[in-house]
Amino acid sequence: MSEAVTALNGARYEGIATIAEAPLGGMVTLRGDLSGADLGAAVQEAAGVAVPGRRGVVAEGPRTALWMAPDELLLLMPYAEAPETAAGINAALAGRFALAVDVSDARARFHVSGPRAREVLAKLSPVDFAAGVFAPGEVRRTRAAQAAAAVWMSGEEEFSLICFRSVARYVFDLLSMAAAPGGEVGAFD
Amino acid sequence: MLLLTCPNCGVTAEESEFHQGGEAHLRRAGPGSPDDAFEGYLFTRRNPHGVHFERWRHVFGCGKWFHAARCTATLEVFGTYPAQTTEPPADIVAAIRAKRPDWEGFR
Ligand SMILES: [Zn+2]
Repeated sequence: MSEAVTALNGARYEGIATIAEAPLGGMVTLRGDLSGADLGAAVQEAAGVAVPGRRGVVAEGPRTALWMAPDELLLLMPYAEAPETAAGINAALAGRFALAVDVSDARARFHVSGPRAREVLAKLSPVDFAAGVFAPGEVRRTRAAQAAAAVWMSGEEEFSLICFRSVARYVFDLLSMAAAPGGEVGAFD
Repeated sequence: MLLLTCPNCGVTAEESEFHQGGEAHLRRAGPGSPDDAFEGYLFTRRNPHGVHFERWRHVFGCGKWFHAARCTATLEVFGTYPAQTTEPPADIVAAIRAKRPDWEGFR
């Protein structure tokens, strides 16, 4: 088997916020009827998390479920567990109109952290990232300049951003430029 | 700039997060229909100066389609509603009537 690597080999930038590519992580996309009890049970069993409500995030240690659309979840887990997680969900939902696929290598994930993280993200997306508005427990699919992205809070002052692997360099450069020293706006001070 | 609320995921965002998909509520003229009906289905579109119904897709968000009622003259959005409808629902019609008493009605 070939050696799996992230899109940018752990690229990192320190500015008014820290931009860091996340290490290899497992990602499984699941399409199906999210309100179905059988789907909820399959996700709990195979992925170890509950199905989040609309735009919700459920995190249990290294496992996270992100609500992406009314019929779509993105499940995060340790990299090595992704294939068995997808297989487990598909086995549990056999015969149902649902499909889980391991997309770990199709995406890139970045951590944006530090006191200015909100400001850096706000430069790139048409989203209100003010502290009282955008809080932990919510995932927002939007655009980061010209690329599709999903953003949620994965820590006190840490945001996670996921984009397609093919635009990883573009998004990393965007985030880095937005975090360049001297680029403080003070919008949320 | 339009501010639209996606009824599928509940997000309110400016229009750059969405993609416009043309006139809503088209009635398809399928096999066996007269040529002029098929031509109309393919090419004839309303172009009102005022109340208009459009399809929109939350392309950078949840990826789903929905419908929007808005005014082409003022860019006012009267409301958004699910794509799985063949005509504007009563609450949307009421919202339009409240602001445009002279509106001639849907179709
Ligand atoms: Zn949406």
